[in-house]
Amino acid sequence: MDETDISFFKDGFRLDGRRADQLRPVKIEVGVLARADGSCYIEMGGNKVIAAVYGPREVHPRHLQEVTRAIVRYRYNMASFSVEERKRPGPDRRSYELSKVSREALEPVILTTYFPRSVIDVFVEVLQADAGTRTAGINAAAVALADAGIPMKSMISSCAAGKVADTIVLDPMKEEDNFGQADLPIAMTPGGEITLMQMDGGLTREEFHQAVEMAMKGARDIYEIQRNALVDKYSQLEAPAEEVKACE
Amino acid sequence: MDRKVVVPGDLLSEDAKRSGEGTFVKDGRVYSLLYGLANYRDKINVIPLAGKYIPAPGDNVIGVVKDITFSNWIVDINSPYDGLLHISEFPKRIESDEMSKYLRIGSSIMTRVKDVDPTKKVELTLNDRKLGLIKTGQVVEISHTRVPRLIGKGGSMISMLKKEVNCNIFVGQNGRIWVNGGAEDMDLALRTITLIEKEAHTNGLTDRIVDFLKREKGARS
Repeated sequence: MDETDISFFKDGFRLDGRRADQLRPVKIEVGVLARADGSCYIEMGGNKVIAAVYGPREVHPRHLQEVTRAIVRYRYNMASFSVEERKRPGPDRRSYELSKVSREALEPVILTTYFPRSVIDVFVEVLQADAGTRTAGINAAAVALADAGIPMKSMISSCAAGKVADTIVLDPMKEEDNFGQADLPIAMTPGGEITLMQMDGGLTREEFHQAVEMAMKGARDIYEIQRNALVDKYSQLEAPAEEVKACE
Repeated sequence: MDRKVVVPGDLLSEDAKRSGEGTFVKDGRVYSLLYGLANYRDKINVIPLAGKYIPAPGDNVIGVVKDITFSNWIVDINSPYDGLLHISEFPKRIESDEMSKYLRIGSSIMTRVKDVDPTKKVELTLNDRKLGLIKTGQVVEISHTRVPRLIGKGGSMISMLKKEVNCNIFVGQNGRIWVNGGAEDMDLALRTITLIEKEAHTNGLTDRIVDFLKREKGARS
């Protein structure tokens, strides 16, 4: 094919030095916002995303209220400075769509019937974008929901696979996303139940299966990181208690 | 005690009969619903580390009157659901137009959840000697998830605290705690409560609190 394809790989490694089936480095911090009921900050490669969860709380406006269950609101928003060319602030077609699919990716695991007539608000702010912000947002939101003490049947982890230069790659970064041939983000439970799947570009049947397998493996790895972040927050809390003991 | 941190969806046991609070059963196995501490006893309970207070019948709570309607006081009970205190649940018979003479907007009350219906309509009552308007003392707010620890096993922590600090204490299940006593005693009580909240998830807490109180009292005299 043309020249741009050749530059995607150098000696079998990608532009940023990764193998085809390798994730970008992921960093998760839990409970970063004091005034939110649950919060999470995530870095997935160049993506920097913060998620805040409020609720269950009273629904406003009232007509959205459901008598038998809690409603879930998910707002995905990109900061104007999150991309190279300033993004016009405020919701647009893309962010409406991402809000909807992300909400539907998380809703199946939340026990909304525990909190009738209430709302669980999830706010996801993209501070810096580098392809795969929806997956980063969902990962952060799932951790923030757990941190808020909201009952869930399981966690949700999300990861994308793509196709560049006729090769299936995990977790495409910006160059691969912009000039690649396909992008396939998924979200799933650690048990392998898929709650979100989108695709743009084209894949053959075999490539599709390969890409889904790869994205699911990536999501499982991310689940471990999410889990560790949550468990670590607790062990941090335990440390000061031991210091008090040592002083005596 | 066998405790460990779990996240939602963690497998806790293969025995469906051990499913306790904060867990659910799927295909005969017990999984965690919450991010919290799993307690392995006969039943496995998961105690959340955060979350909102959801009223249950019989809970003692501390509320603040936020509105008055024709026959109800609407009470903020630190929960997504407001409490309704009907005029007939006031210990004394009063007329509808005199409601604000007894409980005004902003009044703090010690009250009890009488009933909660499936749509989470919360009915409150004041019909008990220990319930009523708060006139003196102070109210502190802690996370409601820490309240069981403040009370202790069979009330051990709270009765020890009451005796040691020489204060009257009313613990609301919604995380609001009323303390009444001498200025110095009250100050010590409040500091102890904050300490308990901070270290609620650690082992051997009662002993540490006893030590803390001893030290504080020693410093004072």
